[in-house]
Amino acid sequence: MEFVGEKLLQVVIALAIFAAVIGIIMLLVDRAPKSVKDKVTVAGFLAPAAILMLVGLVYPAVRTSMLAFTDASGNGNGFDNFVWMFTQPEALTTLRNTVIWTILVPLLSTSFGLAYAVFIDKARGERVLKSLVFMPMAISFVGAGIIWKLVYDYRGPNIEQTGVINFFRDALGMDPKQFLLDAPENTIFLIIVMVWIQTGFAMVILSAAIKGVPVELIEAARLDGANAWQQFRNVTVPGIRGALVVVLTTITIATLKVFDIVRTMTAGNYDTSVVANEMYTQAFRAGEPGRGAALALVLFLMVLPIVVYNARVLRKQREIH
Amino acid sequence: MKKTKYLLPVAAAGVLALTLSACSGDGGGGGSTAGSSDCSAYDTYGKHDGKTVSVYASIVDIEGTNLEESWAQFEQCTGITVKYEASKEFETQIGVRAQSGTAPDVAIFPQPGLLATQARAGYLKPAPKTVSDLVDKNWSPDWKKYGTVDGTYYAAPMLANVKGYVWYAPKTFKDKGWEVPKTWDEMMDLTKKIADDKTMKPWCAGFESGEATGWPGTDWIEDVVLRAHGPEVYDQWVNHQIPFNDPKIVDSFNKVGDVLLNQDYVNGGFGDSRSILSTAFSVAGQPVLDGQCAMHHQASFQAANWPAGTNVAEDGDVWAFMTPPIDESKGKAITGGGESVGAYKDTAEVQAFLAFMASADFANNRVKLGGAISANKGLDPNNAQSALDKQSIQLLQDPETVFRFDGSDLMPSAVGSNSFWKGIVSWINGSSAQQVTDSIESSWPKS
Repeated sequence: MEFVGEKLLQVVIALAIFAAVIGIIMLLVDRAPKSVKDKVTVAGFLAPAAILMLVGLVYPAVRTSMLAFTDASGNGNGFDNFVWMFTQPEALTTLRNTVIWTILVPLLSTSFGLAYAVFIDKARGERVLKSLVFMPMAISFVGAGIIWKLVYDYRGPNIEQTGVINFFRDALGMDPKQFLLDAPENTIFLIIVMVWIQTGFAMVILSAAIKGVPVELIEAARLDGANAWQQFRNVTVPGIRGALVVVLTTITIATLKVFDIVRTMTAGNYDTSVVANEMYTQAFRAGEPGRGAALALVLFLMVLPIVVYNARVLRKQREIH
Repeated sequence: MKKTKYLLPVAAAGVLALTLSACSGDGGGGGSTAGSSDCSAYDTYGKHDGKTVSVYASIVDIEGTNLEESWAQFEQCTGITVKYEASKEFETQIGVRAQSGTAPDVAIFPQPGLLATQARAGYLKPAPKTVSDLVDKNWSPDWKKYGTVDGTYYAAPMLANVKGYVWYAPKTFKDKGWEVPKTWDEMMDLTKKIADDKTMKPWCAGFESGEATGWPGTDWIEDVVLRAHGPEVYDQWVNHQIPFNDPKIVDSFNKVGDVLLNQDYVNGGFGDSRSILSTAFSVAGQPVLDGQCAMHHQASFQAANWPAGTNVAEDGDVWAFMTPPIDESKGKAITGGGESVGAYKDTAEVQAFLAFMASADFANNRVKLGGAISANKGLDPNNAQSALDKQSIQLLQDPETVFRFDGSDLMPSAVGSNSFWKGIVSWINGSSAQQVTDSIESSWPKS
C-alpha cells in the first residue's frame, strides 16, 4: 500500500509540475511586448514539444549514427561495422531473415485478414467471429511468444508430449518434431506467430473499409452481370485501396522492428535472428555498441521509405476527399 | 494585469519546490539487529565512533539482509555504521558512479573482470597490507590471483559458489548397485553400464535459458578443460594466450560430446540429444528424481531447483558428487565463482571494514545464516547450514584443490556472454566442435 501511495504521490507531483510549466509559459507569453507577441506565442508553445523532440529523438538519433562508426572501445573505425554486417555469415543470415519476415508477414496477414473480412461480411454472428480473430491483437508479443513456444514444445518419441502440435502428431502416429531447431523452416514457424497476431488488425481495418464501399457500386456491378470474384476484384479492392496500403505499410513497419517474438522463442539461435534482435544482442550482451548502432541505423533506413510512402499516400487521399 | 505581477514569482517558486521535492529520493537502508555484546574479537579493528562506511553491491533481498546481519556485531563493537546499498544494476551502475565521482567507499564485485576494469581505470585503492596478509593466511593463492590486477593486490574474496557437481539419486544408485565414480573413466564406464541396463538414460541435461541459452554447456566445457589439461592451459585459454580453437579445447568439446552428443546417453525424460536445447535448465534435473535419468551436471545452486521437500543429502532423495578428475596428474580441480571486496577510499574505518570482511569471523557469521559458503580456511565447515554446503566448503578448503573461476565470466562479453553460448547451441544442434571453436575464435575482440 505504501508503495502505491508513493507512486500516486509521484504522479500528482508530476502533473503539478506539468501544469506549473504550462502556466509559466502562458504567463510569459502573455507578458511579451505587443510588437513581438505573435512570434513569442508561437515560439512559446512550440518550444516544449521541440525541446522534448530534440532530447528524446534527435539527440539519440545523432548519437546512434555516430556510434555506428566506432568500435567496442569507442574509437572511430570507419565503415568496419557495416563491412562486418554485410560479410559475416551470421550477420547475413540476420539480414536474410529480416527480408523473409517483411515479405511474408504483411502479405499473409493482409491476405488472411482480407479474405476473412470479405467472408464474414454481413454473416450471422459477425461480431463474435470478428472478435475471435481480433483477440490475439490484445496479447503482447512476448506473451504470444511464450504461448507459441509451449505450442511447439518438444519431447522425444515415447515420452508424453507437452506441446499441442506434437501431441496431435503423436496421436496421428507421426514422430514429434523440433519445430524451433531446424533452419530454415523454423523462421516460418516464428512468422506464423506474427501473422496470428497481425491478421486481426488487418481484418478489422479492412472490414470497416469494405463496409464503406458504396452499395450502389456493388449493385451496379451485379446488374452488369459481374460474378462474385469480379465484384471483389474490380469494385471492392479499388474501393479499399487506401485502407490496404495503410494495413500493409503498418504491418511491414511492425515486422521490420520485430524483436520480442524472436527473443522469447529462440533468442536468435538456430539461424532465426533478425536485425532488431541482433542489434540488442550486439549492443547489450556482446559489448559491441558500435555494431548494435550500425544495425539500428540499417533498420532505420529500411523503415524510412515505407514511412515516407505511407505519409504520401495518406496526403494524396486527403487531397482527393 | 495587476494580478499576474505577483503570480509569476509564486508560480516559479512553486515549480522549484515541486522539483526539489521530487528529487529527494528514498532514504538509505535501516539499521541491523545487534548480536551478542562480546566485543573482544573485534578489538583488532579499533574504535571508529561516528564513522560511516558505504558499501555498494549486487546482492539484494534476503541475501542482502543476511550480509548486513553478518557485520552487525562489527558495527556495534567498532562504532562504524555500514551503509549498505544493493542494486541488480550494480554491474553498469558502479562504472557510472565511479566516473561521476560518487563511488561508494567499498564495492562488492560479483566477478573479477569488473574489478580489473575499475582497478585499471585508477578508481580503486590497493588493498591495505593487513587485508593482503589476511588473504595469504585464509585463502589459497588461486583466490588471491583473482583480486590481483597487473601485479597490484586490490580486493579480498568474500563468498563462493561451486560449479561442476553431478547430481544423482542415492537410492537408485544403491538399488542398481552403481558406485559413485572416482575418475572420469569410471564415470564413462558407469555411463555405458547405465545405458546398457536400459531402465533409464544415464544423463539428462537442459541448456535452455532464454537469451542465455547454452550457458550450462559452457560449464561442462570449463570443467573438462581444467580437469583434462590442467590449470595452466585453462588460464591460457581464458586469457586468450592460446586460441579458442586450440586442439586441446577442441578435444575438451569432444570429451563432453562423448556424453552429450551420444543418443544412448542423453536426454533422460526429454528425448534425444537435441532436446537438451529445448529443455529449460531449471527443470532438466527433474528426471533424476523421477527415475528417468541417472545423472545431471549442474552447479551447487541446483539444490534450490529441486521441488520443495526434496531431501538433499548423501542418504536422501538427491545428492551430488564433484565431476571427477580426468588426468589425475593435474590434481583435484573445481570451477566456481565468488565476489571480491574492493575499496574506493583508504580511510582507517574503510581499512578496518576490509580487514573484517577478509577475516574468518565474517565468513563464520555469514555461513551460519545459511545459503552461502566461502573458501576462507578459517571457516568452520560445521557452520554450514546444509550437507551440500558443508561438502562444498570442505572441497574448497582442501589444500590440494585447484580452484578456477568460471571461464565464461572471465572472457570478454562478446565471447563469454555471446559467442560461447551460441557456439554451444550450434554444437549440440549438429555443428562440429572444430567449426564451433573456429567461429568462437573469430568472434574474440581484436583489441
